[in-house]
Amino acid sequence: MSDFDPVGPNGTNWHPGLRESYIFDRNTIHEIRRAASQGIYDIRGFGAKRKLPHFDDLLFLGASMSRYPLEGYRERCGTDVVLGTRHSKNQIHLKIPITIAGMSFGALSGPAKEALGRGATMAGTSTTTGDGGMTEEERGHSEILVYQLLPSRYGMNPDDLRRADAIEVVVGQGAKPGGGGMLLGQKISDRVAEMRNLPKGIDQRSACRHPDWTGPDDLEIKIEEIREITDWQKPIYVKIGASRPYYDTQLAVKAGADVIVLDGMQGGTAATQEVFIEHVGLPTLACIRQAVQALQEMGMHREVQLIVSGGIRNGADAAKALALGADAVSIGVAAMIALGDNDPAYAEEYAKIGSAAGFYDDWHEGKDPTGISTQDPELAARFDPEQGGRRLNNYLKTMTLEVQTLARAAGKSHVHNLEPEDLVALTIEAAAMARVPLAGTEWIPGHTAANGW
Amino acid sequence: MATATDSEVVDLAVTPLRELNQRLHDAATGGPRSWRIVNPNGAHAIAVGIDAEIDVTIAGHTGYYAAGMNKHATVTIEGNAGVGVGENIMSGRIHVKGNASQACAATGRGGLVVVDGNASSRCGISMKGVEIVVKGDIGHMSGFMAQSGTLVVCGDAGDALGDSIYETHIYVRGSVQGLGADCIEKELKEFHREELGRLLAAAGADATVDEFRRYGSARQLYTFTIDNAGAY
Repeated sequence: MSDFDPVGPNGTNWHPGLRESYIFDRNTIHEIRRAASQGIYDIRGFGAKRKLPHFDDLLFLGASMSRYPLEGYRERCGTDVVLGTRHSKNQIHLKIPITIAGMSFGALSGPAKEALGRGATMAGTSTTTGDGGMTEEERGHSEILVYQLLPSRYGMNPDDLRRADAIEVVVGQGAKPGGGGMLLGQKISDRVAEMRNLPKGIDQRSACRHPDWTGPDDLEIKIEEIREITDWQKPIYVKIGASRPYYDTQLAVKAGADVIVLDGMQGGTAATQEVFIEHVGLPTLACIRQAVQALQEMGMHREVQLIVSGGIRNGADAAKALALGADAVSIGVAAMIALGDNDPAYAEEYAKIGSAAGFYDDWHEGKDPTGISTQDPELAARFDPEQGGRRLNNYLKTMTLEVQTLARAAGKSHVHNLEPEDLVALTIEAAAMARVPLAGTEWIPGHTAANGW
Repeated sequence: MATATDSEVVDLAVTPLRELNQRLHDAATGGPRSWRIVNPNGAHAIAVGIDAEIDVTIAGHTGYYAAGMNKHATVTIEGNAGVGVGENIMSGRIHVKGNASQACAATGRGGLVVVDGNASSRCGISMKGVEIVVKGDIGHMSGFMAQSGTLVVCGDAGDALGDSIYETHIYVRGSVQGLGADCIEKELKEFHREELGRLLAAAGADATVDEFRRYGSARQLYTFTIDNAGAY
């Protein structure tokens, strides 16, 4: 009998005497070989794939002798969220505390954008444009649409500002705080080129800084201009990549934000350098309490709403983010998967492009077999926006039920009543980042009587 | 009460900016066609978001984003303009009789912006179809990532002109301190002579086409290749 195991890792023969390096593991070796062959950094979509402290490192305590649970199917547990209560004449009313993050037309196909609008609308929440302007598909199918103002300003115009329900000034993105967008030539179709005013087929690099303002004092003036153009009717969000969340939150509030969107490093992207995705920014878990602290110190917690994104996968993640002080969460990668991205039904086609269902992240190449992250009309035609919308609606409602389940177990009649006291951490790192006790102890690393949290 | 043919005077020393801009927005459905704004005192966001064929004269200096996102209106600033004058202009005409600060007509998608004096850095940054004529000089990083439209400079241009430019046409009469990545001097063809002549006439610029040199994209950075790594 041979010592080689025919069903070893990755389907290769394996021998117990072959020890894989922890440092130079097979992914590392592959990347070195790829870089040596191609001479350019790896670009991909998705979010950070490395292991990071995350919501799985937290647990809810639930109710017991001193906390009374709510009946799971009988007692009300509210999930509604009102955004934009600070300066705007109009507010955003969501039925659920989960929104759809900005994903561009260009990165996604027109039918995929339509499906996001359909699903979000069915579930009673908002969707968001992205770095490519506003399409009729998403405006027409989104009851609540947030229009992003990005450094590139592709397609920016006052008419779309006015027909948006809210405006999101994008300062940064969790997948790449300090970096601009990318859309490679395979996805710059005629329509995308026209919307972005670019030559067809080029590798588009968006600016990382806004062209007409620099720094928080300028941003305050920029926000005033947008409010004037829209007659102060639209809530204005400021989206920041998790980098220095305490200070960035305070500066965004000072600049006049109605809502802050805080995107952790697990947040998705359509196309970014791998080195950026995996090595820049803070894990989502590490930034929420800092932002909440900043809001609380300014007397703005719940007055300026906080939306947290970056690796939110299920109701447990959402509930934990809410318990740490967020008003809502936002999903991007998870929404794409709900639509059908990485569907095992396309296993053979993933194999043809050198990938596999569950691993596919080359969204920038425009070859997505599911027709979601592509501008290829034949691939895009595979995707049914009505069915996709229903799937997203199902997923959003499931997540919401999960949040309610956990909130009721903690005795909360509204998901916003969840609080850090409901949580413990499984690791010292998570305890320090989330500022909740290590499970079975009263120890919060970093907590002192002086710092007050 | 002003009639449709009179100039409606708004004194920003006594009228809130919000009221002024609301009235200018309401001009889309009627009201005075000619406006004169006095005592601007460098306020920000004056006359932003107009969507009407009206004439607006601002009698003095303006702060940030004067006439931002303008559609159809003719806006004249009888003074200097702050950062981002005419940002994202869609159509119409903006005339700055003094100097313009940085990011003049940034991301502009249409219309004409004329600066009688100098414009500072990043003039025409990320422009997407606007036509800009600066009768004086422009500062560094002007035309950065300029996508389309035309930038005419009757004076000198600062360093890194047209860095990472796409398809914008740049014409400079004076010296260019330096060209940015992927920006090169290009031939002044008959089409360009006509375009330049038209814009000089439209702006009332005292210059002739033969005095200008044209700059545009070498189109070498349109796709990622390792051979261009030094330029990224």
